[in-house]
Amino acid sequence: MPLARLIPCLDVAAGRVVKGVRFQGLRDVGDPVELGAAYSDAGADELVFLDVKATLEERRTLVELVSRVAERLAIPFTVGGGVRSVADADELLRAGADKVAVNSAALLRPELITELAERLGTQAVVVAIDAEGGRVHSHAGTTATDRDAVSWAREAEERGAGEILLTSIDADGTREGYDLAVTAAVAAAVRVPVIASGGAGNAAHVAAALGVAQAALLASILHEDPARLASLRREVRALGVELRDAA
Amino acid sequence: MRVAICEYGAGNVRSVALALQRAGAELVDDVDGADLAVLPGVGSARTAMAGLQSRGFDVALQARVAAGKPVLGICLGLQLALEASDEDGGVEGLGLLPGRAERIRDGRVPRMGWAVVEPLGEAFYFAHSYAAVTPCATAWAEGAVAEVRAPAFVGCQFHPEKSGAAGARYLDRVLAEVACLSPA
Repeated sequence: MPLARLIPCLDVAAGRVVKGVRFQGLRDVGDPVELGAAYSDAGADELVFLDVKATLEERRTLVELVSRVAERLAIPFTVGGGVRSVADADELLRAGADKVAVNSAALLRPELITELAERLGTQAVVVAIDAEGGRVHSHAGTTATDRDAVSWAREAEERGAGEILLTSIDADGTREGYDLAVTAAVAAAVRVPVIASGGAGNAAHVAAALGVAQAALLASILHEDPARLASLRREVRALGVELRDAA
Repeated sequence: MRVAICEYGAGNVRSVALALQRAGAELVDDVDGADLAVLPGVGSARTAMAGLQSRGFDVALQARVAAGKPVLGICLGLQLALEASDEDGGVEGLGLLPGRAERIRDGRVPRMGWAVVEPLGEAFYFAHSYAAVTPCATAWAEGAVAEVRAPAFVGCQFHPEKSGAAGARYLDRVLAEVACLSPA
């Protein structure tokens, strides 16, 4: 298996990186281009960019912003938020994204996952799942669906997802640790890599998540001090998790 | 150094272009005449091969290698250069070197993430579900082929353009090798 990955996540609204708690009370924490470059330089294994309020009107600005972030990166770059069609995904890849993440649109029309995989290859298709109490929510966590996270992850894989990005709404922004139970259940149900998301507060949380998932998403824990990534990597390694030597 | 990227209509070629420019390459459109042709690789084998053929890149790349003019294949670009791939029910490759791409059986697939490449001694980024089986392998990561070499062809299964400082060093070395072949 490849090495475990630490993946900073930029939640972006109106062109700025924001962060809330349990998807609520978003505050401005910085410029996506500057933060993306800082994380890339500090040893991030990948970068994820989620447009959390993706609207049709802001689509052009989003593509332009993705392009400016991509210019400063030499690591894999996943972009999500408002991807509803193969054309939307193509536009993001042309702007410099390596993978696209789909969430609500795939819940509404699961065939989208297959269409994206056929066009872009499965390795470029990330299905993002927001779960609360094991139940899948859509539209940035605002709408409960009747799907459970494990069966939706399995269906997404069958339809062509190359990776599952699993966010626990219960844990999001709390810094109290990842939801290991739901993460382990999803990781056991699929053969594609799983990225654990939501709840990182310290190196022990990250190491525990990497015990059940192939990668850990990081947001709140980093944004106030992007340099924290380098020290966090050292601490996670000291706990026995092998990470790449990012020098 | 004049470098032409074969753009066949799928995936992110922008990061390959940016990485080559950072390594000092001048990007040109002329696949036949460039000092180095790069076959990037994102997407599925059948769609990519159809894209190559419809643009005439299949013939152009075969002619280049036959004439001893270097070609670099990245990820799927390496796999397309083989004789065949098992992906999409079986796809005929460019046949620039012997071997075929076979489905990865072990571990999580796609194989996604950083792995140390030996004998290069550094970690590079991989994202693939098929891997080369070929007598031309020159480097490996976790038992899978990571680099292949044949006369006028170098292929890497990892993405140097996504592999940070290690990837930049790799591209620098490839461009330096090409420079030795084509004195200014």
